[in-house]
Amino acid sequence: MHAETKAAGRRINFAQLASMREAGLIVIILALCIAMSFASPHFLTWGNFRAMLMSFSIEGIVVVGMTVLLIVGGIDLSVGAVVCFSMVVSGALFLAGLDPWTASLIGIGVSALIGAAMGFFVTVIGLNHFITSLAAMVIVRGMCLVVTKGTPLSLFTLPPTFKAIGQGSFNNIPYVILIFVVVVAIFDFLLRRATAFRKVFYTGSNEKAAQFSGIRTNQVKFWVTVLCSTLAGLAGVIYMARFGAATPTFGAGMELNIIAAAVIGGASLNGGSGTIFGAILGMALLSVVTSSLILLDVSVYWQDMIKGCILLAAVSIDHFLHRKKS
Amino acid sequence: MTQAPILEIRGLSKAFGPVKALSDVQFELRRGEIHALCGENGAGKSTLMNMIAGVLQPDQGDILIDDKPVSIHSPAAAQRLGIALVHQEIALCQDATVAENIYMAAINNRRVPLMNFQKLYADAQKIMDLLAPIPVRTRVADLSISNQQLVEIAKALTLDCKVLMLDEPTAALTESEAQRLFSIVRGLRERGISVVYISHRMAEIFSLCDRVTVFRDGRYVATDQVAAVSPDDVVRKMVGREITQLYPDKLAPQEPGRLLLSVEGLSDGRRFADVDLRLRAGEILGIGGLIGAGRSEIAQTICGLRPMTSGTVALDGKQLRLRSYGDAVKAGLVYLSEDRKGSGVFLDLPIAANISALDLARLTGRLGLLDRQAEDRQARELTGRLGVRMAGIEATVSTLSGGNQQKVAIAKQLSVDPKVIIMDEPTRGIDVGAKVEIHRLLRQLAGSGVGVIVISSELPELIGLCDRVLVVREGRIAGELTASELGEEAIIMLASGVQDSSVQRQAQNVA
Repeated sequence: MHAETKAAGRRINFAQLASMREAGLIVIILALCIAMSFASPHFLTWGNFRAMLMSFSIEGIVVVGMTVLLIVGGIDLSVGAVVCFSMVVSGALFLAGLDPWTASLIGIGVSALIGAAMGFFVTVIGLNHFITSLAAMVIVRGMCLVVTKGTPLSLFTLPPTFKAIGQGSFNNIPYVILIFVVVVAIFDFLLRRATAFRKVFYTGSNEKAAQFSGIRTNQVKFWVTVLCSTLAGLAGVIYMARFGAATPTFGAGMELNIIAAAVIGGASLNGGSGTIFGAILGMALLSVVTSSLILLDVSVYWQDMIKGCILLAAVSIDHFLHRKKS
Repeated sequence: MTQAPILEIRGLSKAFGPVKALSDVQFELRRGEIHALCGENGAGKSTLMNMIAGVLQPDQGDILIDDKPVSIHSPAAAQRLGIALVHQEIALCQDATVAENIYMAAINNRRVPLMNFQKLYADAQKIMDLLAPIPVRTRVADLSISNQQLVEIAKALTLDCKVLMLDEPTAALTESEAQRLFSIVRGLRERGISVVYISHRMAEIFSLCDRVTVFRDGRYVATDQVAAVSPDDVVRKMVGREITQLYPDKLAPQEPGRLLLSVEGLSDGRRFADVDLRLRAGEILGIGGLIGAGRSEIAQTICGLRPMTSGTVALDGKQLRLRSYGDAVKAGLVYLSEDRKGSGVFLDLPIAANISALDLARLTGRLGLLDRQAEDRQARELTGRLGVRMAGIEATVSTLSGGNQQKVAIAKQLSVDPKVIIMDEPTRGIDVGAKVEIHRLLRQLAGSGVGVIVISSELPELIGLCDRVLVVREGRIAGELTASELGEEAIIMLASGVQDSSVQRQAQNVA
């Protein structure tokens, strides 16, 4: 009775809170941009914006999957490794003589299988997402080294039509950015409107109550885990097209950046809340900060520290706004 | 006797937001007495106990220990004053041993960095053996609920307290365990410890306690010598009106309609066996029994939430083959969980999304998209019908009071137009007003042809609301009571498995 009535005093509802946070992020990003435009003449240029967008577009695809996974109450530490594995598998298959499109599809398929394996351990064996994906991260990193024997694959022979995915553009807008926008738009819409994705919220908000509503929560968790790895696989293929190379150590630490972006954007590690739009804004904020630090000539050694502090601040603010179930 | 009270409460008030849990109550506990505190759920007993134990802070009024006003700002402060509270709900560390749990407070206060486990186990076993021979090296999670309750009580005994408060300690105990507890409580009284004893059970109060204080709707009603009043007097003071008015009218005796639900020989191979159950249209069937007797498990198995090993379930004459709860929902058989917050509602999600959770398919259009307008319409219709008090259907369930949260949970069950609805403790922890509304609603549902099964631990609810009650004991149906046979004694006797005469004999033996 105590906790209920205490909560009754708070009249902020969930949807309002989410839009409040998104509006807040937009304000912070705009304020940073305006401040930077005074500090550096290079900031407010199409070239710089394009570079910033390019820098987070591909990671942004992975953020989409991670956000859905966080909403269901999971987490995936292996996304960086899966991005890399998709890249090296596709690259190796191409070098073995397959056409790059088929090779890429296989790379994405293999990533989905990694997600399915993790989903199996989470739902059937009953391990948690954190430990399962930590183990998967180490295993998949190892597999990257096995496939490449530890040396980068040079893929300069990739046909131009394929490289165009990562390097070409349409009306001066890079394909990479277009793919990113399409993926975000589709999943943002589905997450808000599709029945299947509503089950993700139910499961993450209260798994038991979801089961008592006839929702097969294990199925939901399984497929969301697969989705996250599949999108990581897609990102890996795009990276390959962009760089024309496949490095066995690529994407190390990427998972942390991605989780940070989703959390800054409002996804809760306890599950049940989060939006794609918010997560992308989180990514944009981190990217603007990185870009600003570079333009301001801040030493590389300081940059990670500052990003970490931003994450801590965002999560603390969230905690105070969202304090509940106390 | 002119003893000074060891504990006195004067003019105490406490409000949670707009809800007044206690207003201007008084209470007096004399040295070496066992003092019963009664009242219905929501009367404010637990709130008072929590304030004395330092869990909650009063808004107004004084707590006096030995005639001196004290402020008890934390459970640790209460312990220093010699006050111990045994909660109704079990709050033990499931993965620690019994001994570690019993001495948790002492371990917390220890200055020596290393544990002396040999001594810990020996001391703990000595205390535990006073109650029951439970090995103290066992992990708490491996104990039955009733044994866990005994560990809670043992834990309080180690605190060397002057005032011991027991909040419905026998709710999960068997008759013989309860009897052993009573003799221990009497022993404590001999040692000069004063005991506050919260219970619904008149038989216990009248065999064990010296005085009784009654609360009603957050107010103090009266304190009497137990010897000077009858159980009926106490019940009348608790309720404040005739009991029959609290509950809607029952079914006329010959009225029940066609057979809606028929369960035969249901077993799960573990918790219960050979359960038969028949529910007719128009009636409210009660299921009673002690906590842990298997009532919820039976209901969940009927609905396909747990696997069955043998038996059949037929709904409306058709045999069901349920692979999952989803199948049961489609067939028109729904279950409302007893644990509202844990598995009944989604606290962080909007009311509308809570109500639609049970059957998203009916709100889903082509392309697998959810029809949000239909969802909102459904939520508005059902919340209106159930009288949910809320800011709007887009507010989260966490903003609602307990009674309104429960109405949302019920709205969810009604959204699928069920044929049979099984409610597990439908009014647990909600205030008297909302309770009456929910009882009326259940009667209305039954009247409209929906089969209603109510599982309840509250005897007055079973007796007042249900047309017929099945009592479960240790996983079997111990007996059935028709409207004319219903009574607290009858249910308790079936639930605990003791015959009438032996209860009296036991009562005489201990007296």
